[in-house]
Amino acid sequence: MRPWVRSAGWSAAIAALLAVVVVVSAAIGPVRIPPETVVKSVLNAFSVPSGIETTASGVGPLPVPGVGPLTLPGLGLAFASPFAFPVDAVHQQIVVGVRLPRILLAALVGFALAAAGTVMQGFFRNPMADPSIIGVSSGAAVGAVAFIVFPVALSTTVAVPLLGAVEVSLSRGAGTSLFAFAGALVAAFGVYAIATRHGRTPVATLLLAGVAVQTFLGAVVSYLQLQAGESLRQIVAWLMGHLSGAAWSEVAVTAAVVPPLFAVLLAYARDLNVLLLGEEEARGLGIAVERTKRILLAASALVTAAGVAFAGVIGFVGLIVPHMLRLVVGPDHRVLLPTAALAGGTFLVAADTVARSAPAEYPVGIITAAVGAPFFVYLLVTREVTEL
Amino acid sequence: MSADRSDDEAPSAAAADPESLPDTSLSFGDEPLLSASDVAVSFDDVDVVSGVDLRVEPGSLVGLVGPNGAGKTTVLRAVTGAVEPDAGTVRIGGERASSLSPREVGRRVASVPQTTNLAFDFPVRHVVEMGRTPHLGRLDAHGVEDDDAVNAAMTAADVERLADRSITAVSGGERQRVLLARALAQAAPLLLLDEPTASLDVNHAVETLELVREFVDDGERGAIAAIHDLDAAARYCDEVVVLANGGVRAAGPPESVLSASAVGAAFDAEAFVGRNPATGTPAVTAFPHSDVEPRRVHVIGTGRPAARVVARLAAAGHEPSVGVIPEGDAAAGAAADAGATAVTAPPFEGPTPETTAAARDLAAEADATLAVGTAGGESVIAGGPKAGGPNADVAAAADRLVPVPADVDDAKLLDAVGAAAATADRG
Repeated sequence: MRPWVRSAGWSAAIAALLAVVVVVSAAIGPVRIPPETVVKSVLNAFSVPSGIETTASGVGPLPVPGVGPLTLPGLGLAFASPFAFPVDAVHQQIVVGVRLPRILLAALVGFALAAAGTVMQGFFRNPMADPSIIGVSSGAAVGAVAFIVFPVALSTTVAVPLLGAVEVSLSRGAGTSLFAFAGALVAAFGVYAIATRHGRTPVATLLLAGVAVQTFLGAVVSYLQLQAGESLRQIVAWLMGHLSGAAWSEVAVTAAVVPPLFAVLLAYARDLNVLLLGEEEARGLGIAVERTKRILLAASALVTAAGVAFAGVIGFVGLIVPHMLRLVVGPDHRVLLPTAALAGGTFLVAADTVARSAPAEYPVGIITAAVGAPFFVYLLVTREVTEL
Repeated sequence: MSADRSDDEAPSAAAADPESLPDTSLSFGDEPLLSASDVAVSFDDVDVVSGVDLRVEPGSLVGLVGPNGAGKTTVLRAVTGAVEPDAGTVRIGGERASSLSPREVGRRVASVPQTTNLAFDFPVRHVVEMGRTPHLGRLDAHGVEDDDAVNAAMTAADVERLADRSITAVSGGERQRVLLARALAQAAPLLLLDEPTASLDVNHAVETLELVREFVDDGERGAIAAIHDLDAAARYCDEVVVLANGGVRAAGPPESVLSASAVGAAFDAEAFVGRNPATGTPAVTAFPHSDVEPRRVHVIGTGRPAARVVARLAAAGHEPSVGVIPEGDAAAGAAADAGATAVTAPPFEGPTPETTAAARDLAAEADATLAVGTAGGESVIAGGPKAGGPNADVAAAADRLVPVPADVDDAKLLDAVGAAAATADRG
């Protein structure tokens, strides 16, 4: 069967599983909501552009010489909701306003981590690699923890043409995410820069540079924790990974970053297969090795950074899920990458549902590690993972 | 992966089918497929090779021979651009290799590495499909043309029946053939092979080289192969390049390049270059160093035992002669290969007085004369019915006659020559 056909088949199956898990997850919580109500609520929330309308608050007032201030009517898209199922308003609010953003963020973060993990395992030709291997997670941790310990006021006034001065400010949570994202990218770039000599980046050097940088950043995080005082609890929560209090804005930002980068990774799936032969052979087969490595590294660092920025360090998703899927669908990245990513989303939604269903809510990172590690041991004992 | 492919359990020896090689569309007109001039490569300031000139014309197979560490693999890597030459230029189809994109190089040159270390278990067919990479755009799926090339390459390299096996689960020799199939699927006009037969059994080694021969015989394509097996290089290559001590020591047709002195110097060994009786091509035999003083040695005896003694003496640097022997005797062939004098007489007629006299002169002026026979040489000397009387005359003319048994071992043979010649020096 054609790889892309196989890929589409598997992806559709796992996407269907993801949809089921999302609905079930949205049904579970302090208030039990029947699954069909969940589906109706979600459908009710859909709105599609239905036409163009003029809005009263248009552009202006504009000083037009000779005429005086003029306000032009604006044009906008009119939205309509195609579905209007009769659903209890409270249920609708719980599903769409509270649970869905958290579930979708979990799905996106799991998707991102598993995709980046798959790429890293292929890139390093080592099934034990995970997205944090190039220092992304520890960089994010330093960024986030530093912001929590030394919060800086992130408000500034920006002069916007036509609108005048606008005050832009970041909430505490958004600041943490921004710093985490920046920290992740700085760390990844640092690892890359350390490992690169004369335009070549040997994978083994990259791996060791990653270990060195991670160790150093771990020390920085520990030091910051000592300085933390009252915010220690917040730091621990961030470091263990959490999805509580997810907002639609966070979902929107992640959804804007992750899928395009994933498309880039997917476009390089065949190159990633060839890279598994080793760099010299890949070069002989016409791959521009160093350029491909840079693109793969940059895209997966960005994907991982987007994943950890809002949710903190969630371990094991990027390690276990690609591994598990490789056993099921094989090593061809054209099939493995999309299926592993979807499975990562499914896994994290399920894990987060368990995390928030507990009497006292646990950080989701505890659940993923608690489920992931024994599964990993199982793999070690039962498969030929030992020879790697 | 179609199901019918796994049912194909054709016997392997018959399955190799060079007729179905994938077509190569690229052609470079009159340009050589590969020309390297004055190429030097060093690693960490240590020169590996320097001043290397190479040319591969369409229709020719060039063998790269030389001792371990001579830089054969390095030269091949410099061609693919895997290592950057410190000096010199490599041109592929007339274009400087350094100005070509990896993709363009991949369309022009296909490499068969010694082995591959794929950590994940891809099916064999997928590994062969990877050979199509330089022909595919980023978002292209495999087309009919690609499938045809992959199928033809798998048939040619006799790996069809492995199609669905994991590359990690096949033997080293099978893996080497999978890599050959991948290179054929690449459909490049120039094939680069690094020890293509190193882990192949005798049948598949020959199949592989026949396949490469077939590949270049269409006149458009060419190949360069690092080969450790000198006999195979002599048999299949149009040209042999001897690499040793960081440079090209000799280059040309195998008959002229694979001389005992060139091989001996390159490999730092004593070599005898004879003829393979089955193929008629040069057959190289190497011996360990004996460090003997070169002597003139005359050999009396016939057949394979005498031939062997002549060959060993020549390899050690002695100057042997042999006679009287029948024309067409094995010893006459060995003497011809060694460039030694052989006094021959027509078979069944026996030597004339002139030929016997010629042999007597050779024996008389030799530093040592060896009588090679079944029972310590007596039968030859005593003029037994089989060896004939004339050789008794030759033996009588020798000052220092040493009888050696037909199965004498190398060390004793060389010692005997040394000891006899030493008495000559004293006398």
